[in-house]
Amino acid sequence: MDTGDTAWVLASAALVLLMTPGLALFYGGMVRTKSVLNMMMMSFGALALISVLWVLYGYSIAFGDDLGAGLVGDPTQFIGLKGLLGDSNLVFTVPAMAFVAFQAVFAIITVALISGAIADRAKFGTWMVFSGIWATIVYFPVAHWVFAFDGATAGEDSVGGWIANRLGAIDFAGGTAVHINAGAAGLALALVLGKRVGFGKDPMRPHNLTLVMIGAGLLWFGWFGFNAGSAIGANGIAAVAWVNTMVATGAAALGWLITEKLRDGHATSLGAASGVVAGLVAITPSCSSVNPVGAILLGLVAGVVCAFAVGLKYKLGYDDSLDVVGVHLVGGIWGTLAVGFLATADAPAGVDGLFFGGGVSQLGKQAVGAGAVLVYSFVVTYILGLILQKTIGFRIDTEDEVSGIDLAAHAESAYDLASSSTGTFRPTSGSVSVTSQEVPA
Amino acid sequence: MKLLTAIIKPHKLDEVKAALEAFGVQGMTVSEASGYGRQRGHTEVYRGAEYTVDLVPKVRLEVLVDDADAADVVEVVVKAAQTGRIGDGKVWTTPVDDVVRVRTGEHGVDAL
Repeated sequence: MDTGDTAWVLASAALVLLMTPGLALFYGGMVRTKSVLNMMMMSFGALALISVLWVLYGYSIAFGDDLGAGLVGDPTQFIGLKGLLGDSNLVFTVPAMAFVAFQAVFAIITVALISGAIADRAKFGTWMVFSGIWATIVYFPVAHWVFAFDGATAGEDSVGGWIANRLGAIDFAGGTAVHINAGAAGLALALVLGKRVGFGKDPMRPHNLTLVMIGAGLLWFGWFGFNAGSAIGANGIAAVAWVNTMVATGAAALGWLITEKLRDGHATSLGAASGVVAGLVAITPSCSSVNPVGAILLGLVAGVVCAFAVGLKYKLGYDDSLDVVGVHLVGGIWGTLAVGFLATADAPAGVDGLFFGGGVSQLGKQAVGAGAVLVYSFVVTYILGLILQKTIGFRIDTEDEVSGIDLAAHAESAYDLASSSTGTFRPTSGSVSVTSQEVPA
Repeated sequence: MKLLTAIIKPHKLDEVKAALEAFGVQGMTVSEASGYGRQRGHTEVYRGAEYTVDLVPKVRLEVLVDDADAADVVEVVVKAAQTGRIGDGKVWTTPVDDVVRVRTGEHGVDAL
């Protein structure tokens, strides 16, 4: 065991955990005042549920020994994290539990990312049921495909996932497993749930862009754990990933802002925040395989492409409310394919892409990996969404949607700025009334 | 007595308030309002999508005045609030039957 590596992986896991509350702010600021709490609760619900499922069986499905064809790990091997507690259980140079922690927060944020596509209109209970099933049949297996390396997590002779080992696509920190996966799922759910009431007609302005900016800042901060932490060590690979993550993100924000300035006349704060996230998404799969100048180019393209991609929903007529498709799916596809173009053997991954004389073979592998995750996630999510819609219902009543999901789903209002409302207060909702004399000193 | 209601641009509030104080007006009520007249709204752009915002922020200012002062106070407000550009707002007066000062119970002009 290497204590330096362990310290970095544990710190990275905490950084990545903070990304989900950061995402809650990023998404929460973009919706209207009547649905900000529900928007944030979808992220916090994922935090609560997926952390439990991960410990119970999620880690085992993702990182247990392969059951065949590199598709899914053995769900019983590490059930309840059995057998992983001792110091002797190492993944690379860190205790298995540190790796469990680090990968857990990836599963959480992937689920939370989907929620942006179905803002303002999803039943909270159904969202929670969806989250648990989706993580089980989509994320955990796909994490196995992409993150489980032969002989790394389930014993020396163990077999890992097909994309990481058989195909040999490079996805350092989850362009496919996290972003294409969440983006395709978001598109599927947006189609199943349908458009919000008034979509394309009523103004649905972001209610608090300062929250969005804070959220984007927390995402950027946490993403250093996401990408540099994926080195699973405190080493040069982590340092390269860190610098690439910084510079690609800066370039993407510039790309988005320049696009807006030329196209719409103004560089906007929402554009800056969105460009930051687009850059972070795009550099995620590629941060170990490009040099910093390549990362700048990659980020710049991501910013420009995603700034145009977020307009697709109006042309094609689907209500991906907060642009999970335009930012995560499109950014994830670009970042994953960009490895095939911009990878250089000088970078830690040691592979040359098309622009560095490596030919098209890596690009082909990248395309297969990206396409497989996209199709699997979209199809399974669409079917799962339809089943939930037909059985327990996925969409709230129109009346509740128009008056606001916060009140309907959670019996809360986000803001009490004008405290002119009157009413009565009861300390508990039970029938026992508490007087001041009865309260123990 | 008359109630003067003025809908003005928010950034002109301080000037209007100062002008009214200089005239001798002792109190006023100010609230945030939104609306539009010939100015219509304005355009905002979020992720490339344009939103036309119909209702623009305004300040609504209300002052109770004696009949004799009403015309002068209207002039004071109009002069202070004017920029000459579209969207400056409107000022109007309405007759008031009675006014009571809650603290003392005084009625009419004494309560102003």
